[in-house]
Amino acid sequence: MVDQTDEQRESELQFFGKMTASISHEIKNVMAIVNESAGLLEDYTVMAEKGMPIDPSRLKTVSQRVATQIQRADVIIKNLNRLAHSVDEFEKSAGIMETLELAVALTGRFADMRGVKLDFQPPSDFPTVITSPFHLLDLIWQVLDFAMDATGTEKTVGLTFETNPASVDVRFNGIGNATAPPSAAKTAALLSILGAKMHHDVEKGEIILILPKDARQQITAAC
Amino acid sequence: MEKVLLVDDEKEFLETMAERMEARDMNVTTTTSPKEALEKAQEDSFDAIILDLMMPEMDGLETLKELKKKNPDLQVILLTGHATVQKGVEAMKLGATDLLEKPADLKVLTEKIKKAHTKKMVLVQKKAEEKVRHILAEKGW
Repeated sequence: MVDQTDEQRESELQFFGKMTASISHEIKNVMAIVNESAGLLEDYTVMAEKGMPIDPSRLKTVSQRVATQIQRADVIIKNLNRLAHSVDEFEKSAGIMETLELAVALTGRFADMRGVKLDFQPPSDFPTVITSPFHLLDLIWQVLDFAMDATGTEKTVGLTFETNPASVDVRFNGIGNATAPPSAAKTAALLSILGAKMHHDVEKGEIILILPKDARQQITAAC
Repeated sequence: MEKVLLVDDEKEFLETMAERMEARDMNVTTTTSPKEALEKAQEDSFDAIILDLMMPEMDGLETLKELKKKNPDLQVILLTGHATVQKGVEAMKLGATDLLEKPADLKVLTEKIKKAHTKKMVLVQKKAEEKVRHILAEKGW
């Protein structure tokens, strides 16, 4: 499934680097809060040593704050772990729901920075496709990156998917009326690796990724 | 007492940091919005503004540029998750007083705020002297 040029490999590394850099920023933010909370506890200790009474509710607030940040860090690290394991196998059964959830989580910080909301509305089924999970994540990122820049005044990019007999179609809407496709060369290379197709409906402001249920068959048929 | 404006999109970071700074006799105003920070900086006079480099709405460098445009004497200390040399140089070129990496040591930050306060006082004094000199020259006394 993976037979690529140096340019494609470079682009994939850039995607991996971008995601891990963003995750490291998030972890740093968590650490900063935990660091200040530890400092605050130290301040309270000094105050108590000087005989100043400390309201227990202040201690409770700090401990809750630390617990919240630990939970936040746990989610961030789980996502990092899932991203890291996405390169374990390049032909694997991948859940579309889980892949989109991970893509939305990885893109969350970029969306926040651009003041854009990502609205994932999944249907109640859990289709899987045999694909390269890493390249699928990269492709979803390329579309989301484009969609976040092109989104209209509502500043919301919607995501959903539907299951068809031979494919799973992932829909991105709220893209506005941008006519240029998401970074053409990169997207084309990823579509080819995944045996997928992309349809950009400019009038509707929608992009549809048509993912074959078994990328291996699609690629063999294309050859 | 130093008067500080703390700007960061992480609300919990702001709350904790503000409480610690207030315990060190600083008068702290906080906001999670860079746009609100610009308004507050115009309404009030701060000894130092502590600004997160990466924020939604408007990033730290852009906010710094706007702050400096409105008041070149403002003392702005930037806080960043990852201090790259490039960002540091850019920030200094735009007139930042300092750049600190998160998680920051409060002792170091407090020292920098005190330095910023002193620098601001010197600038205020210099401006007052210039004004007096200007008046004296104009009136020809």
